[in-house]
Amino acid sequence: MNASQSSRHRRVGDSPAIKWLLIVTAVAVAIALLIMPLLVIFVEALGAGWGTLADNLTDQYTLHAIGLTLFVAALTVPLNLVFGTALAWLVTRFRFPGRKLLITLIDIPFAVSPVVAGLLYLLLYGRNGWVGSWLADYDMQLMFSWPGIVMVTVFVTCPFVARELIPLMQQQGSEEEEAGVVLGASGWRIFRTITLPNIKWALIYGVVLTNARAVGEFGAVSVVSGNIRGQTNTLPLHVELLYQDYNIVGAFASASLLAGIAVFTLAVKGFVEWRQTRTLNRLQTEETA
Amino acid sequence: MTITVDGINKRFGQFQALNNVSLNIPEGKLTALLGPSGSGKTTLLRIIAGLESADSGRVAFSGKDVTKLHVRDRNIGFVFQHYALFRHMTVAQNIAFGLESLPRKQRPPKAEIQKRVSELLDMIQLPHLAQRFPAQLSGGQKQRVALARSIATRPKILLLDEPFGALDAKVRKDLRRWLRNLHDEFHFTSIFVTHDQEEALELSDQVVVMSQGNVEQVNEPTELYARPDSRFVFDFLGQVNVLSGEVKHGSLNQGNARVTLPGIQHQGSAQLYLRPHEVRLATGPAEHANLPLRIEAVSLIGSEVRVELRPEGWASEGSDNIWEVGISHAEFNNQRPTRGDLRYAVPEVGHLFTGKDTQPVTVSWAESESLPRVRLIN
Repeated sequence: MNASQSSRHRRVGDSPAIKWLLIVTAVAVAIALLIMPLLVIFVEALGAGWGTLADNLTDQYTLHAIGLTLFVAALTVPLNLVFGTALAWLVTRFRFPGRKLLITLIDIPFAVSPVVAGLLYLLLYGRNGWVGSWLADYDMQLMFSWPGIVMVTVFVTCPFVARELIPLMQQQGSEEEEAGVVLGASGWRIFRTITLPNIKWALIYGVVLTNARAVGEFGAVSVVSGNIRGQTNTLPLHVELLYQDYNIVGAFASASLLAGIAVFTLAVKGFVEWRQTRTLNRLQTEETA
Repeated sequence: MTITVDGINKRFGQFQALNNVSLNIPEGKLTALLGPSGSGKTTLLRIIAGLESADSGRVAFSGKDVTKLHVRDRNIGFVFQHYALFRHMTVAQNIAFGLESLPRKQRPPKAEIQKRVSELLDMIQLPHLAQRFPAQLSGGQKQRVALARSIATRPKILLLDEPFGALDAKVRKDLRRWLRNLHDEFHFTSIFVTHDQEEALELSDQVVVMSQGNVEQVNEPTELYARPDSRFVFDFLGQVNVLSGEVKHGSLNQGNARVTLPGIQHQGSAQLYLRPHEVRLATGPAEHANLPLRIEAVSLIGSEVRVELRPEGWASEGSDNIWEVGISHAEFNNQRPTRGDLRYAVPEVGHLFTGKDTQPVTVSWAESESLPRVRLIN
């Protein structure tokens, strides 16, 4: 395209100077705030060689932290998968008083600071809390042990699946399900063969986000876990603990693991998005063909 | 299977969607539920299907009360306005869905399901699209697949919610004819919802006209068109020209418009309803009518020439103060009416409404004017 052509096609706010200024700014910000820190993590973690990294990661406390983190995620993700799907189903397929309020309430975990959420759980379920003191009589302890960590993680991550599903299910409507029921299908068959395939990718996307947050959650967990090394220490807490012990290499080794999970999550997220657009494009091109 | 609807009430919040509706749908007939949007026709259809429950009243199929029967067990075919095809299933899988949903004991073997699906694909003339997905089909194709899917389990009752609403005119006409043939071949008891009066009159054996949650009139299409019971049905079924005025000594007057009404004793306000084909255009006033009008537009498209006229020295009711008269092409070629010409409407048959909720009285002037002419009656 030559100069005269481009000037003729120019629209408001389309001047090349502004365009390049914005691009350069965006790239600079991305490098300074996102890419550099990420690189530093890996550089520091590998600074003393692969051997040291392996040693640090196989440290017994680190291994325990990894195990606990995966355990918490393994409980949180299915719980919120079921909860989020049920909730999305409820608010998109039924009309009842308080429905709008419920949709707003779903966002509370996003609006509340995780530390505040952790404190609330501590006050409610701690040894001196309303529910906690009652449970203590039965010798059950939720706070400062893994059930507490799971509880706050479930709380913090519960909107992800529902948030992904609600707009999609609203847009798709319930006509297909109605068609299914008229054709004699049972409720379970409708869910399995009609609803689930329609929301599959949004569901996977929600799970990916839930998992990423469950693995990385720091604030709420730090309040309720008690940071007992080898017992209630999750990977993000472990990073902080190592750092405070001046074990910089160890801290970066664990951090690199978390960063690795994040990069992997991004890759999966990208793949899911690519799958969705590809299906859409394929259908559109075949339609016009 | 006959369908009986008895005293159905349905309320959505403050809105009374159906108001004590009772209906009899005869076996093997194609019935249209016709009405403007918000008249409750779709709600009624969904209650018959069992997709919606009524606040009170009952629904019976061939005398058997199904009010409490789950939609799943009613064994009806239902065609949705926007097709509601399962988007992630192929055309063949869509059609097979009903058969595969049957309880294990009644479910035919795989091979038989496949055979049935290919029969249905042949019937809708889309065997080559069996492996396509709904998004790859045109609107008309989607609707045919939806129909095939709904009749795969051989239901006795077929319910269609605005089946042609989302299609363009040409496809709509083809599908209409095709549905009529399908109905005649399989002898369903069918009900379809439409807001298109032409569609209702052309396709159905019986039309149920609805308005604001009430059934206004039930009749065969020809009877309904010839003898509407109420102003609403008159207005809703086709174009109508209205002269509203005062009757004095057997003559209806408004401004400088005047029509004599032979055999009418009524005194006071009244409205004369005239169909476009019940009026002739003349160059001067007739003995029994003085209805001067000025030509606004002439439309030559169709089997008749449609002339739109604006009253001169009086006013019409509704329809933007425009009268519409249909004349034959032969007549058009003789008279050459053009925009701006003055013409006089000469009614031949009319329908006089007096009072509020009365049925109309048919008035005929056939003897008083004897100008035989050849014209197309629609």
